[in-house]
Amino acid sequence: MSVLANIISLTVIFAVPLLLVALGGMYSEHSGVINLALEGIMVIGALCGCFLLRSFDLSGFGPAHPQLAMFLAVLVAAVSGMIFSLLLAFAAINLKADQTIGGTALNIFAPAFAIVITWAVQGQGQTTIQIPTWIRITQETFGMEKTDGFFATMFFKYQYLTTFIAVVLFIAAWLLMYKTRFGLRLRACGEHPQAADSVGINVYQMRYAGVIISGFLAGIGGLAYVIAVGSGFSSSVGGYGFLALAVMIFGNWKPFNILGSAFIFALFKVIAAYNSSIPFLPKFEGLKDQSSLYQMLPYIVTMIVLVFTSKNSKAPKAEGIPYDKGSR
Amino acid sequence: MKKNNQMLVGIISSVISIAVGLLFGFILLLILNPAKAGMGMGTMLTTAFSNMDQFGKMFYQAAPLLMCGLSVGFAFKTGLFNIGASGQYTIGAFFALFGAIGLQLPWWACLLLSCVGGAIWGIFPGLFKALFNVNEVITSIMFNWIGMYLVNLLLANMPFMLSAYYGVGTTDRTAALSDANPSAIIPTGGLNHIFGNSSWINISMFIAVAVAILMWVILDKTIFGYELKACGFNKEASRYAGINANRNIVLSMIIAGALSGLGGGIYYLAGTIQYVLEKSILSMGFDGIPVALLANSHPIGTIFSALFISYIKVGGSAMQPNFSSETINIIISVIIYLAAFALLTKIIIAKFLQKSDKKEVKA
Repeated sequence: MSVLANIISLTVIFAVPLLLVALGGMYSEHSGVINLALEGIMVIGALCGCFLLRSFDLSGFGPAHPQLAMFLAVLVAAVSGMIFSLLLAFAAINLKADQTIGGTALNIFAPAFAIVITWAVQGQGQTTIQIPTWIRITQETFGMEKTDGFFATMFFKYQYLTTFIAVVLFIAAWLLMYKTRFGLRLRACGEHPQAADSVGINVYQMRYAGVIISGFLAGIGGLAYVIAVGSGFSSSVGGYGFLALAVMIFGNWKPFNILGSAFIFALFKVIAAYNSSIPFLPKFEGLKDQSSLYQMLPYIVTMIVLVFTSKNSKAPKAEGIPYDKGSR
Repeated sequence: MKKNNQMLVGIISSVISIAVGLLFGFILLLILNPAKAGMGMGTMLTTAFSNMDQFGKMFYQAAPLLMCGLSVGFAFKTGLFNIGASGQYTIGAFFALFGAIGLQLPWWACLLLSCVGGAIWGIFPGLFKALFNVNEVITSIMFNWIGMYLVNLLLANMPFMLSAYYGVGTTDRTAALSDANPSAIIPTGGLNHIFGNSSWINISMFIAVAVAILMWVILDKTIFGYELKACGFNKEASRYAGINANRNIVLSMIIAGALSGLGGGIYYLAGTIQYVLEKSILSMGFDGIPVALLANSHPIGTIFSALFISYIKVGGSAMQPNFSSETINIIISVIIYLAAFALLTKIIIAKFLQKSDKKEVKA
């Protein structure tokens, strides 16, 4: 049973970055901008968040007020993601640039920048920023006794502030998208920007809003990814930004569907990462390096799923097309 | 005359992108370490010309870069963004090495195999796009990862491919070709004597340049190439004109895949480097993107942009340990970012050129 509890709690913690980043992609695409730079934004968010955690650890502020320090790190990750996403917004909205190429540029920039900065701060060859252990939420955080039953493992073995933040942001995303004037206007800009403009909506402003919100979420997602993996940050988020794009497409650009698909993908990721310690999985005794087989799984599943869902996809109609006021 | 002007505008906008990218890199170095920035920049820009060995290394790296650049550029011409060059390159490398070590084939047969491998990996994004309308960017990225893990899995289960089988080294890399099958090493063609016995140089750059010329002929001088470009300009219009757009998408991705695959073959059959089992996607395929963008996807221009990117890469690795060689990737990303709004810069340059033309007429 403890294995099951472990799998559940691991799935949740791996689903958090996927959910956050896919929601980010959703905002951006509903406004009409394809955000291929999610991966790069995650890297920048993780870099800034991890550096802040590291400095809190060294200064002693972190161990004294762990959750406050963690909250500040999340905030810094979010803000840095927003600032970095401005680069994409500027190229895609003001300069009407090719959004895929602009996103690719940011994706190449971010890890290289992270390595250069990490070297500069930590010294040559020190490419990993360690994550302090005090950020974890344990039973002691709530003044409870430490136990290790089924529910204790499920709720407290891998519990971090980011999970709660993700829940809040998910509810906020649903409300904002479907219950507010802003959400309706944002979606209009992704479906038919000319029509939106004709009723007085500033399309450029709405698209900026979409991209910046996606930067906010992807920045937090980057930090959440590093926490989920748990072995420190070494200038990479392992293709999670792209996986999140697939989650968003599978989720048909809708918050609740995205939540579901994030959990499915996270489950496959957990199976890939911990296949050797999960008893009921086939072990392929004759085969060497079975873990590679399991690691391919999330990507193969993505492809199969995309084949079946792309036919009736609800992609925003105007995504990827720069808005030109003069064109008809 | 007009076509010449267009090319001139393209070249000027690429040169501006490069200049801004280098300037950005220099500013970054200045911020990181003001005392050594000048020296670092000097190292980056002169190493490739400093001695024949490094000069040879530039050509050695330029050949696979050129292949990946051609691959990305070819797909661009058909309106597809082949971000999967990396996966195709990895599979191509595996096919070449399997031919060399597993089947004991000569080098040219291994290179053909690498094309086949890359082409197989290129089919997927093309087919998924044509049949199911799945965005080729997502498919390519997914197949980059699948390809990498698949090659790891295959190599781990083929002990005869690994260097440990030949009693040297570990199980984390393929056997050195000098031990396993010297006839699979791409010949030097006497170039090593010219390049001061550089271990890097072989005829791969000539192969790559020949392929570039072939691609130019296909794109610019054949009906097939015309159809591909028509699909790239406007898929609906070309379909209306009786061109089978879906067939062209798949064919274009197969050719793009074969080009990247050949790049992988060329790189690993040089005999100087062994394939190491990877945990992250090989960067060579991604470097094909700036190579193609700088050259405006023109096959002949790609030759020069590949040489340039290889040139600053050779300089970048010489910058270590004072600066991380990743500085080069930052410069490259700035160049790509500028290339993203190339249209805007081109319009400005074209206006500028037009003005100077008019002045001449008046005078």
